[in-house]
Amino acid sequence: MALLPYVVAYAALGVFAVAIVARIFFWLRLPMHLRWELYPVAHEASKAHYGGSYLEELDWWKKPREKSLVGELKMMVPEILLLVALREHNPKLWLRSFPFHFGLYLVIACTVLMMVGGVSNALLPSLLSGDLARLWQWAVVACGATGLTLGLLGAIGLLLRRLTTPALRSFSSAGDYFNLLFFIVTFGLALITFVVVDRDFAQASLLVHNLVTFDLAALPASGASQLLPQVTAALLGVLVAYIPLTHMSHFIGKYFAYHAIRWNDAPNLRGGPEEPVIAGLLAQKITWAAPHIKGGGTKSWVDAATEEAPK
Amino acid sequence: MKEPTGFKDFSRAVGPLAHVEITDQVPLPPPFDKLEAEPQVKPLSDKAREKYEVLDDTIAVSIPKPATPADEERLVATFLSGLRKLFEPNNNWTFLQPLLMSMEHCAKCHTCSEACPVFMESGENELYRPAYRSEVIRRLYYKYVKQASTLVHGDIDLNWRTVSRLIELAYRCNLCRRCAQTCPIGVDNALLAREIRKIASQEMGIAPKEIHTTGSVLQQKVGSSTGMNSLVVKDNVDFIDEDTSEKIGFEVKTPWDVEGADILLLHNAGEIMAWPENVGAFAAIFNKAGLSWTLSSELAAYDGINYGVWYDDVQYARTLILHAKAAAKLKVKKVVIGECGHANKAYSVIADKVLTGDLNIPRENGMVLLLDILKSGKIKLDPSRNDFPVTLHDPCNLVRLMGIVQPQREILKLIVPPGRFREMEPHGVHNFCCGGGSGFAIMSGHNFGDWRHHFPGRRKFRQILEAFGNEPMDKEHPKYVCAPCSNCKGQIRDIISYYNAWETAGIHYGGLIELVINAMVDAKPGYVDWEWH
Repeated sequence: MALLPYVVAYAALGVFAVAIVARIFFWLRLPMHLRWELYPVAHEASKAHYGGSYLEELDWWKKPREKSLVGELKMMVPEILLLVALREHNPKLWLRSFPFHFGLYLVIACTVLMMVGGVSNALLPSLLSGDLARLWQWAVVACGATGLTLGLLGAIGLLLRRLTTPALRSFSSAGDYFNLLFFIVTFGLALITFVVVDRDFAQASLLVHNLVTFDLAALPASGASQLLPQVTAALLGVLVAYIPLTHMSHFIGKYFAYHAIRWNDAPNLRGGPEEPVIAGLLAQKITWAAPHIKGGGTKSWVDAATEEAPK
Repeated sequence: MKEPTGFKDFSRAVGPLAHVEITDQVPLPPPFDKLEAEPQVKPLSDKAREKYEVLDDTIAVSIPKPATPADEERLVATFLSGLRKLFEPNNNWTFLQPLLMSMEHCAKCHTCSEACPVFMESGENELYRPAYRSEVIRRLYYKYVKQASTLVHGDIDLNWRTVSRLIELAYRCNLCRRCAQTCPIGVDNALLAREIRKIASQEMGIAPKEIHTTGSVLQQKVGSSTGMNSLVVKDNVDFIDEDTSEKIGFEVKTPWDVEGADILLLHNAGEIMAWPENVGAFAAIFNKAGLSWTLSSELAAYDGINYGVWYDDVQYARTLILHAKAAAKLKVKKVVIGECGHANKAYSVIADKVLTGDLNIPRENGMVLLLDILKSGKIKLDPSRNDFPVTLHDPCNLVRLMGIVQPQREILKLIVPPGRFREMEPHGVHNFCCGGGSGFAIMSGHNFGDWRHHFPGRRKFRQILEAFGNEPMDKEHPKYVCAPCSNCKGQIRDIISYYNAWETAGIHYGGLIELVINAMVDAKPGYVDWEWH
């Protein structure tokens, strides 16, 4: 029983890592698609602020492309941290979604602080000592407690809005409610654990310390004070493993949505590296069956595109 | 108002799922602010209601109701077959990644809803919520392609009604992608509407006749969706040259099939038929600027349209190859595409990952070249000739989908007196569609013309009225809606006619290059024709 939190945590991290890597590979391995960018494109340097592109330039193919990483960061960082698009286009939902997401970020920050603290204490105990250790612990508690509170309030807000807004309710499946309830239960339990038995995040920090140092010692507690942190840790672990298996993996998809689709304006110039790839894609056989195509698995895209129309 | 209450209705309810009364809509600005005075969508005929499955107040595709259970099964089976093919890399490499992104990550938050002109002008009818059709196809995908749990992803029945209604519903979207701009995650409802259209066309052979049979098929067969073959088009352009020469006071001659010319100019052939002044203006300015240019009389190469971008990747590729082969045959240095939004997008951006080798000749938007000509000083301009209020409609394909925003504005600064230009709000990449996007401008079967004016077109009309809000609204004070796109121009012409806006408020329309000629010192004044046509 004492090993259970460790087993769940390692298993959860394993599932999380494998699922994330699989998801990234899934998006990476999809074939090149036709250009489908959507302006404004943030890396268009001097033109991004009004949504312009290099296609506004005379003989654009003769000119060097201006691409701005800073422009992308200026758009992406506020979008990730503050959910700018949601705030602008759906402010009522943003009031619930922002605390939910920001709460998650704080919980992640809390976990990272505990992990770094654990590694630091194992390798260089003198590094985090004295005032710095107290500050570090304060940051862990502040991030953890604030994050769990915001996350819980946000999840409750999102659930209530989904339940009480007819247009949202009619689109929602049991799975959508389950996801929010899962967060509510897990974060709620974590908050209870914090308030009742672990106000300085000492047990949580110890668990994380043991995890990162592979020291699987039993957590020093008994009764409810043992059960609560262990159940919380187990639930958090399952939640971590569950997220990338659902549509909530949009935090990965979003990267590709922007970089591979919305902002993918890289031109294919004659003789460039994409031409052989395109030739390969066009050589694939199609099976579209409409009378004007009759692909049948024997025609390639090139065949279908170049056959003469019946006179 | 009648609207669906969820997704069971979509497959189970009998009869139309939605009906919008004029009183459900928000009044337009003055002088069109009396709802009861607005034209109404004419009711569908009893014959049409009997023959076709009716989704709402109109019919775009005309899918006959199945006559027998076997017909019903066939409709469902071919749809399902097409749905599966959408997710096969060989059959749909063209859009597989964007499609999966939109299938798998929607949070069903409705952040996109208010971006949609159809949804907003319908009084927020649930059927037109941009995520509604997406959710239908998404549920079908999870249930029938991935065979995943309906508890997790939501349930929907698949029967002939689901299929007919979904295909019809795919033609209630202008594919303007305004909703996609708002999505925090990157879900693209317009793309999903287009993918549904692809299932219908590429697998089931179902598409509105205006964009398929008398659209892309006719273009590939005869050379133009207008029905003009190369002889007729040359005759017509000769006539345009003569007419333009007379109108502007110096000779205009359009060169044809000049091998080795620097530029192949590609017009939407609809301009030749409906707006010859646009074609004449290009010829006059290109000649005056001393450009080396030509038109092509090769099959389809004198008509820059490519309706495939709205509904069918194979049809798209076929027309594209005809355009690219004509350019390669003439050995031009670049292709310049005139005032047609979808032609620009089709041949410039989307074609980018199709054309290789000799066919991969650079493409450029006509307004970019026009701005360069005007900046060079080769054309002397007198903006006072355009001393009337001008507003600019931004074609979605040029701004939101290509990022061409400033050249048209810089041109207007050169040809319109200070204080006469007013922006629509919103404008640029955040513009609203004219209401004719994705083929709607050329679709008028049954009462579809009324529908498109009454929903997406009404939002554009609202914007136009707001832009001219401080002007006297009568015919004695003419105002110009500049729409540098053939389909947008057609739609705006139809909206103005539908609401009688020329007679009532003096609102007229036209392209951009016509205003340039109108301000050209070397041309006789009065190129813009204020007589309604």
